[in-house]
Amino acid sequence: MSNNISTGITNTSAPLLKVTNLQVKLPVAAGTLNAVRGIDFEVQRGEMLCIVGESGCGKSMTSMALMGLLPQRANITASQLNFDGAELLSLTERQRSGLRGSRMAMIFQEPMTALNPAYTLGNQLCEVLRRHRKVSRQQAKERAIYLLGKVGISAAEERLDQYPHQLSGGLRQRIMIAMALMCEPDLIIADEPTTALDVTIQAQILRLLRDLQREFGTAIIFITHDLGVVARIADRVAVMYAGEIVETADTTTLFNAPQHPYTQGLINCIPTPGKTPPGSRLQAIPGVVPSLIGEVKGCAFRNRCSRAEERCTTAPALIQATQAHAVRCHFATSPVPSTAIPCEVLHESHQR
Amino acid sequence: MPDSTTPLATRTSPRLRSPFASLSARLPRHRTLLLGITITGLLVLIALLAPWLAPHDPYAQSTANRMIPPVWHAAGSWEHMLGTDRLGRDYLSRLLYGARISLFIGLLAAFISGLIGTTLGVLAGYFGGRVDAVVSYILTTRLALPVVLVALALASLTGGSLIMVTLLLGLLLWDRFTVVARSATVQLRDAEYVQAAQALGASLPYILLREILPNIAPALIVVATLEVANAILLEATLSFLGMGIQPPLPSWGLMIAEGKAYMFFQPWVIAIPGAALFMLVLAINLLGDGLRDISAPGGRDE
Amino acid sequence: MWAFILKRLLVALGVALTISVLSFSLLQISGDLAIAIGGPEATAEQVEQIRQEFGLDRPLIQQFGAWLWNAAQFDFGRSYYYQSSVMELVAERLPVTLTLGFLSLAIAICVSIPLGVAAALKRGSWIDRVAMAIAVTGQAMPNFWFGLTLIIVFAVNLQWFPAAGSESWKGYVLPAIALGYYATPAMMRLTRSGMLEVLQSDYIRTARAKGLSTTSVVFKHALRNAVIPVVALAAVELGFMLGGSVVIETVFSLRGLGHLAWSAISRNDYPVVQAVVLIIALFYIVLTLLADILNAALDPRLRTR
Repeated sequence: MSNNISTGITNTSAPLLKVTNLQVKLPVAAGTLNAVRGIDFEVQRGEMLCIVGESGCGKSMTSMALMGLLPQRANITASQLNFDGAELLSLTERQRSGLRGSRMAMIFQEPMTALNPAYTLGNQLCEVLRRHRKVSRQQAKERAIYLLGKVGISAAEERLDQYPHQLSGGLRQRIMIAMALMCEPDLIIADEPTTALDVTIQAQILRLLRDLQREFGTAIIFITHDLGVVARIADRVAVMYAGEIVETADTTTLFNAPQHPYTQGLINCIPTPGKTPPGSRLQAIPGVVPSLIGEVKGCAFRNRCSRAEERCTTAPALIQATQAHAVRCHFATSPVPSTAIPCEVLHESHQR
Repeated sequence: MPDSTTPLATRTSPRLRSPFASLSARLPRHRTLLLGITITGLLVLIALLAPWLAPHDPYAQSTANRMIPPVWHAAGSWEHMLGTDRLGRDYLSRLLYGARISLFIGLLAAFISGLIGTTLGVLAGYFGGRVDAVVSYILTTRLALPVVLVALALASLTGGSLIMVTLLLGLLLWDRFTVVARSATVQLRDAEYVQAAQALGASLPYILLREILPNIAPALIVVATLEVANAILLEATLSFLGMGIQPPLPSWGLMIAEGKAYMFFQPWVIAIPGAALFMLVLAINLLGDGLRDISAPGGRDE
Repeated sequence: MWAFILKRLLVALGVALTISVLSFSLLQISGDLAIAIGGPEATAEQVEQIRQEFGLDRPLIQQFGAWLWNAAQFDFGRSYYYQSSVMELVAERLPVTLTLGFLSLAIAICVSIPLGVAAALKRGSWIDRVAMAIAVTGQAMPNFWFGLTLIIVFAVNLQWFPAAGSESWKGYVLPAIALGYYATPAMMRLTRSGMLEVLQSDYIRTARAKGLSTTSVVFKHALRNAVIPVVALAAVELGFMLGGSVVIETVFSLRGLGHLAWSAISRNDYPVVQAVVLIIALFYIVLTLLADILNAALDPRLRTR
């Protein structure tokens, strides 16, 4: 079993992950679900990229496609899905599973159900290391204890003999993080890792991820629906809407000069202490996301966009606003005041 | 909003269909269910029309015509299509009349056990607490009893008349009704319309019979179907072991028992009633499984 | 967990006591015991003497107490027909029935679990269809008829196995297949549906995200969880099979408990009948208790509570 597949020349300046025109199609009862409709992005080594969007925008599909965890009926295509020199889509299933857990790891949304109830934590932690590296049982155990310490779990040695149900959700998510780090992967994909947790635990886990990322130099793709989280941890942000990336920029640019009306809408909807009058209701973008079953014509956001006009019925191209800032909108070159999108009263807020 | 009328997508999401529409849409596609309905229907029809369909008197003995093989044997004849038994009685006629016995016992026993089991289950589910504990105790005790053995012993003591065997089976086979009725009632107990009825001061019988029972009926019908099949099998077993239906009645189990001594040389004497029994029970089971599939939302996967 | 076991144990004891009452009633309704013991030639005085000797003139509750006291010491009285101790008869036949039961269970497990796993993994494939066909026909096949068919094919025509008797292991093969086939459908369906459910679970996705081999994902992570309820069901099915042994033992003339009970019923030898009913019920009670404990032992969520 090859643990490290040949990655060609490891060029440290080349991006760790380069995705070009990734598409994911799923056959469903009513037709074909175009879950991801041709997205491009890069992840640099040691970088924290946030992919943000509403549920159903294709962000989880993207992460599952990168990991190779989608069901076989899913149709995944890409011009480029390059992970450190290796074309993921041309690898055999065996080679893909050699990468999973070893060089790219994943943390899931639901820590309560993501661990196998039948095995001890030690078993599940050591298993991944022993699958990918030639280490003894004892070495694996030492590594597990070391990492449990790193993720802030006390009495690590006793914890190894415990079962998942004996731990709280926050602790379980720490275990999942330790598990992802077992093989020192180059890339971790974290799919809404804090969504299911209490707010205080959320903050702890976010800080932990940020610290570990700096310490180990791991690149992280952090998937979330919560712009508040993005602001706290991201180096760069990609905003997804209806299966497309509509805007990418570094975090500061995105929050200070958002160009896509959808991004502007999202940012306007974040209540800010000091700015949002106390007692005012949370705001949201009006309208609903279009169905992705069948083909979407033109700009997918135009039915919710106050600036929409005739040309929006044709699909907008990706426009490079600056070198590091790309926007998929016909209006992108002309700067837009950030308050242009009125937000309507929201009855059910998107805070979870 | 400008331009909101232009269709965004070439296809909108499909309209949700009513549960009834989806049920009737699923029915023709459920091939095993259709098969079950067809065969069961056919056999019920045969049982009802047995006096007109049977070519001979099922009880008429004829020493001259003993053990005639079926028509596909060299020695067979169209006079006795399925041959005759050791007393010269026409096998086809006995088989047709046997369908009546099987179905009569199956349906009546399932009805009796349905009454007992549903009553216990609904009470346990509705009241919970002590009532539930008592019912579950009775249920545990009943499950611990070896059904075949107890049925054999009691049938032997009571003489094995048709009614007695039916009653016995009814008294023994109520366990699944109780389990299903109980869990279905527990789910309904806190439903809003039940609580509304309670708040309006509806009487207990009204709540149990008008609010609960109709809503657990689909699940009970599925159990009843499977229990009919179960009772038919058990009756055949009792009769085969000589403690159930007594001669000269043409029970299929009894026909197999009577043919046992001849089976080495004339295997058809047990093959024919056995195949009939298998077919009837299979068809009813397919019917029951199919009903469960289409009545469960989304279709159960079992 | 110990509290749970203790509670289950108490229920089991209660059920055992109830069954013994039922067993005792079976003996009572079978007729006048004094006449039965005395036999057809006994005079009225002899019957009266027997009645006093056996305490049959005492109140029923006293008789039950005495009976229970004896039953607790495995003394079920004497057989009318054999004129020997019921317990001796039972002890002589029990090994045959237990061998048959465990063999049948082994066959049922070896068929149902691999088939259920394969059906779940290859859902909708030919193997899934075969598994479902086996399940559906298994539930509809009268087991005495299946047994007779096995005899005709394998004992008479092919002559691979004897048609009757328990002199060698060969005599157990056909009856164990006939009885095991009866328990297979339920266990197969449970394995299949359990696997289907577990394979959809988050922890299986985690296992795959760890890059584990398919073997490890299916057998270590999925099967372990899917098989827990099947183990419990297996214990219960063994109880049912011991009860169902009466049919198969009669068909194959295996001289086990079931065969003993059947011949005792036809001879109105009710001390034997009630003993067998009680013993098989006790086996069932112990087996279900064992199933619950096994379930708790296999599932860490129950074990460490």
